[in-house]
Amino acid sequence: MLAYAARRLMLLPISLFLVALVTFVVLRLTGNPVDIFLDVTSTPEQVAALTEKLHLDEPIPIQFLIFLRDLAQGDFGLSLQFNEPALSTVFQRLGGTLQLAGTGLLLAIVLGVILGLVCAVWRDRLADLAISSVAVAGQSMPSFWLGILLIQLFALKLGWLPTSGAGGWRHMILPAVTLATFLLPNIVLITRASVLEMSGEQFVIAARAKGLSRLRVLLTHVLPVSLNPLLSFLGIQIGTLMGGSIITETIFAWPGVGRLMLTSISNRDVPVVEAGVLVIAVGIVLTNLAVDLLQMLIDPRIRRH
Amino acid sequence: MSATTLRPRRALFGKGFKMTLGGGIVLGAVLVAIFAPLIAPYDPYQQSLSIRMKPPAWMAGGSAAHWLGTDAYGRDLLSRLIYGSRLSILVGVTSMLFSCLLGSAAGLIAGYKGGRWEQVIMRFADAQMAFPDILLAILMVAALGGSAVNLIFVLGVSRWMIYARVVFNLTRALRQRPFVEAATLYGASDRYVIWRHLLPQMVPVLTVVSTLQVAQMVLQETALSYLGLGLPAPTATWGNILSEGSSRLFVAPWIANLAGLAIIILVWGINMFGNGLREHVDPKSRLAPR
Repeated sequence: MLAYAARRLMLLPISLFLVALVTFVVLRLTGNPVDIFLDVTSTPEQVAALTEKLHLDEPIPIQFLIFLRDLAQGDFGLSLQFNEPALSTVFQRLGGTLQLAGTGLLLAIVLGVILGLVCAVWRDRLADLAISSVAVAGQSMPSFWLGILLIQLFALKLGWLPTSGAGGWRHMILPAVTLATFLLPNIVLITRASVLEMSGEQFVIAARAKGLSRLRVLLTHVLPVSLNPLLSFLGIQIGTLMGGSIITETIFAWPGVGRLMLTSISNRDVPVVEAGVLVIAVGIVLTNLAVDLLQMLIDPRIRRH
Repeated sequence: MSATTLRPRRALFGKGFKMTLGGGIVLGAVLVAIFAPLIAPYDPYQQSLSIRMKPPAWMAGGSAAHWLGTDAYGRDLLSRLIYGSRLSILVGVTSMLFSCLLGSAAGLIAGYKGGRWEQVIMRFADAQMAFPDILLAILMVAALGGSAVNLIFVLGVSRWMIYARVVFNLTRALRQRPFVEAATLYGASDRYVIWRHLLPQMVPVLTVVSTLQVAQMVLQETALSYLGLGLPAPTATWGNILSEGSSRLFVAPWIANLAGLAIIILVWGINMFGNGLREHVDPKSRLAPR
């Protein structure tokens, strides 16, 4: 298992190189950042100075090599908006995003697994039909509209919670619920399908036959193995969670990496965008590795392959 | 346990019900989009500042002149929603077709050629699968600018790998089937095998995936519009109406809410139809996630 983890970690630079390449190519298409950051009154000397600082006077392949060299040293250059190292700008906002994404993910998993279990145990009964139908409806809902509805109800009408911004747990509730709904419907449906599938397995029948109670079998034999498809799904959906984070942070003016990326892209703050994209990519790759290892821990059948 | 706790019962909502209901909603939306000029009571771009932000007819201050009220520029909301269905459906369907074409071709090559082709294409698909598609779309829209063609391109590129994976797995499985091996042994060309034997087998599955993907594309278009990266401002798309409305929640919440309602009804109809279709094609898959 350790050897597997080491092999996967060795592939990390390759994935990062691909991400760096794509980001670089796309950002060089977005136009010249110099034109946006200097207004029409700026002197040719200023333009030349900024161009040189960003190495924009070099040929594109050389620019990419310079970018890779700086990248290896963790140096993305100064943010054009904030005039501080781009990487630390990203790291300052990372905490906010991790807090929001962590809470949202936890909420989605806990609620989703419970509801999915309820659906599976009472399959095709009223509870299952109600929850499954709502889950399918949830898949059809633009999640940011839910965020807007929550603001209308809990912030504007009832005045219980703040509309936006950060500070204290009360600011956290609406964004976390909104972000959770990006994943919740699928988690419910996957847990349901997976529990139903696993409960026909031989080891479950054996456990029942040796006299364990239904609840015990469900919680100690069926549920752990059923979590595996869910983990695979979550590994793939970390990207969705980050994407959802961009939207959620925008709705609630939450100070995180997502909103930073959005403003930096529209301001052509190339260093921050590059740093942000790579930090997100590293996070996703490491999360995927963690998910794979966790799956091996849970299900011995995977370990043997 | 399957015989005790989890006894199967007959489903209340069968595939026929789902396909009829979902298909009915989709058909209705398509008809509205096609006949928009005949149905819409007003010009969706006609501004009239004296009747700004009139509430819908059932709310205090509303009138039957504008059933769903007006927006911040005094444009009739019902007419804008009716016209908006055109672009939302058009963008959803064409971007789905584009990503289906792109992804199926990639998956077919990877599955049929194998070896290095498979390594490069499928690893790339895996990598993109993990990367936030909305972030990629934002980067690309920022680079290319927001027009309908660019939007379709960006949405298509951001989801090709879904088809690539499905087609790749199908191709690999089908290649080992006796009828394909027989055709190859008889000296059939690659092109013949692909067109005559592989693609027809994939049509049912691809139809299901594509249907459900249209729903995702419609949602993705609204999300991009909300972030200010959709079609430029006065254009009536559901995403734009929702996004304009969300900045006026205090004074005119119905604008955002009615646009949201229109989106959820259409997307739900598509999902319903797609799920019914999937159960029809693969009866084992009832309510499996996508």
